[in-house]
Amino acid sequence: MSKVQVIEICKTLDQLYTLDNISLTLNPQECVVILGPSGCGKSTLFNIISGLIKPDKGKIIIDGQDYTGKTGRVGYMQQKDLLLPFRTVLDNIALPLVVKGESLKQARNKAKSYLSEFGLVGFENYYPRQLSGGMRQRAALLRTYLFASDIMLLDEPFAALDAITRHKMQLWLINLRSQYNPSILFITHDIEEALLLGDRIYVFSPLPARIIGEFNVKGLSEPEKNKYKKKIIELL
Amino acid sequence: MKKSANIAHNAAPAIALLFLLFLWEFGVRFYEIKPWILPGPVKVLSSLIKEHNLLLMHTGITLFEALTGFLLAVILAFITAFLLTHVEWLNRAFYPLLIISQTVPLIVLAVLFTLWFGWGLTPKIIIVVLVCFFPVTINFIEGINSVDPDQVHLFRSMGANKWTIFRLVKLPSALPAFFSGLRIAATYSIMAAVIGEWLGAQKGLGYFMTLKQKSFAIDEVLAAVFIICLMSFLLVKAVDFLEYIMLPWNRINENGKY
Ligand SMILES: Nc1ncnc2c1ncn2[C@@H]1O[C@H](COP(=O)(O)OP(=O)(O)O)[C@@H](O)[C@H]1O
Ligand SMILES: [Mg+2]
Repeated sequence: MSKVQVIEICKTLDQLYTLDNISLTLNPQECVVILGPSGCGKSTLFNIISGLIKPDKGKIIIDGQDYTGKTGRVGYMQQKDLLLPFRTVLDNIALPLVVKGESLKQARNKAKSYLSEFGLVGFENYYPRQLSGGMRQRAALLRTYLFASDIMLLDEPFAALDAITRHKMQLWLINLRSQYNPSILFITHDIEEALLLGDRIYVFSPLPARIIGEFNVKGLSEPEKNKYKKKIIELL
Repeated sequence: MKKSANIAHNAAPAIALLFLLFLWEFGVRFYEIKPWILPGPVKVLSSLIKEHNLLLMHTGITLFEALTGFLLAVILAFITAFLLTHVEWLNRAFYPLLIISQTVPLIVLAVLFTLWFGWGLTPKIIIVVLVCFFPVTINFIEGINSVDPDQVHLFRSMGANKWTIFRLVKLPSALPAFFSGLRIAATYSIMAAVIGEWLGAQKGLGYFMTLKQKSFAIDEVLAAVFIICLMSFLLVKAVDFLEYIMLPWNRINENGKY
């Protein structure tokens, strides 16, 4: 059974027809990339999947249950790290568990056990301002993972980083996937990133967003990926 | 070299103050100004020491009024800010009134309060509350409203309710603005209590000053003024200290170091 099913979602924002009949699926342990031009409605789709806003039409099914307009099920990481500047790194990571009802002490202990995997050992008592951009994104990613380890929505998580750091983070995410096997929906407007990280790629059109292509790129070799790259460029 | 420059930098206001006091003392002596017109700082200081028992008693009363009013105002401001930022129709109904309320001349209200509540402590405390309430409330509301909406969305996406979001996100984000309001309130709280006393009281520094003014004991009036300045200054410093303790993350400077 698929983890997430997005079924015929339509959405108009402020009289702007944004999402036009979007349907897609995310299978267990898969990394599905949503690729599309800026402003086409990708983040809006994530807001709908996470339950923050309701679609005008369509359904969100998670693990076979209707989650349309319901929050608190998936881990959602936005483009900004959104770490609270007044909390230490450790507390920032632990807070989602507190929201879920765990005690702060319990939550901190759980968070601590992941610090080394996420390259944050020794920085747990720093404030976010004291960390580099890459570290902040890793902290935000850990926070997302701890909240919902099975389904993560990542909205252009590395877009704000410099090229070198971004590439390091991409490799690190691949490594992380092989270790924890989460199901990931990943938004990007970067074709290279989509081909590097994705098992499957959905290509979105400019506003109103429609799915104009779906590519299965899992385990392909470099030359094959290059062929897909040309196809996608032609589409966009 | 750098250290001595730093000391000079910090000592500058104290040196300026000493210079002005010296000028004052010198002027009073040089022009032989009568002490019931303007006494020099030395005379004021000696009155301060001579009358310290009486002054201390009145100071206690004024401080009590100011602190009680200040605390009540903070509690009221907290509740008001929470309600106005969470209930849209309350905000629409009361926020404009809150702003307009500042155009009412306080001194007239103070006279009325004395009429209604007598010469006890109550009218003074109410005046302090009115003076302190506004800056704290407005700053707090601004602080809460300036929270990054995406930050709120993140916690909403986790399924957090309004109260949890207020407690974990909005309240701590608004604390620096809250403290700005608190600092303004601290500056005016003592003065508000004194104004209340001035218009009719049996105790307190304001009462003491009206009494001494009538008998032309200007040195003692100025001694009371000195105490008022000192208390206001210390209260502001206390707020600064509280902020320093409560907002450790704010101490980190641009370079990301303490
Ligand atoms: N809350 C909103 N109200 C109205 N329009 C919005 C809102 N949020 C985004 N938009 C608009 O909807 C379109 C899609 O936005 P978004 O989903 O953020 O695009 P993307 O993430 O693909 O860059 C954009 O044109 C944007 O300006
Ligand atoms: Mg976006």
